[in-house]
Amino acid sequence: MQWQSLSDFFAMGGYGLYVWGSFGVCAITMIAEPLLVKHRRKQALKDIRNNYLL
Amino acid sequence: MINWFKYSAPSTFYPLAGKLIPIFWTLAAILGAVGLYISFFVAPTDAQQGEGYRIIFIHVPASWMSMFIYCVMAFWSLLGLTFNTRLSGMMSSALAPTGALFAFLSLWTGALWGKPMWGAWWVWDARLTSELILFFLYIGFIALQAAIDDPRRADRAGALLSLVGVVNVPIIYFSVKWWNTLHQGASVSLTKSPSMASAMLWGMLIMALAFWAYTIAVALMRARTIMLEREGNTEWVQHLPDVKEAA
Repeated sequence: MQWQSLSDFFAMGGYGLYVWGSFGVCAITMIAEPLLVKHRRKQALKDIRNNYLL
Repeated sequence: MINWFKYSAPSTFYPLAGKLIPIFWTLAAILGAVGLYISFFVAPTDAQQGEGYRIIFIHVPASWMSMFIYCVMAFWSLLGLTFNTRLSGMMSSALAPTGALFAFLSLWTGALWGKPMWGAWWVWDARLTSELILFFLYIGFIALQAAIDDPRRADRAGALLSLVGVVNVPIIYFSVKWWNTLHQGASVSLTKSPSMASAMLWGMLIMALAFWAYTIAVALMRARTIMLEREGNTEWVQHLPDVKEAA
């Protein structure tokens, strides 16, 4: 392993901003997308109940 | 022999997709964990780019997925225009936002990689510009569908746009050969052995598989939601256990 310490790992050999900026945005958007779909599904189920089942 | 037309009915596709979603989420999580481990702990430091090159482990898979998803959308569009099945339009609509996300991530990670290595966030290079056009095609597809009230007409309009736009995919792929670009050539190709260390290659391929499993999982979730939105007036939707449970 090439990392001597945790701060070494976060520094990414001076490229920390670029590497973590890439992986960070990737992680945030790929967690947010399924949550948004989940919310949309809940809304759709609610609409069906309100419009057709009552 | 599987009767594909049976699964093209939303009422049979819905429960099938429901069974597949957890499988693909599990695959995405496992492959993602292994891929990230290789990306940061197994793959060696690059001789030229130091640790900065590690962006490759998401940049390349995101770019591949952005092109691949567009091709799958075009495939569904062709099926939809040919057989006039409801499912095809739903699948295209379900894939578009995820494709747009990967096109965005490709551009975003590319900018963050370009700045330290080329000295510029952005250049009007053939590869970058054609990927930007792909992003706009996804946005155009989503906006066009949103602008048409009748979902079946929206599907046909979207299908035409995605079929016309698919010409851009080979342009992106071959742009680094056809034009003099700042962007480097393909690191992996089918015809010659890859120009990179095997740990780097494996990391990239496993991350690509993780993104692929993620795409299937999230697109199936969205397709099921679209079915609920569009077919709420039908018996099969109203009798779904999901609808009753939530009540």
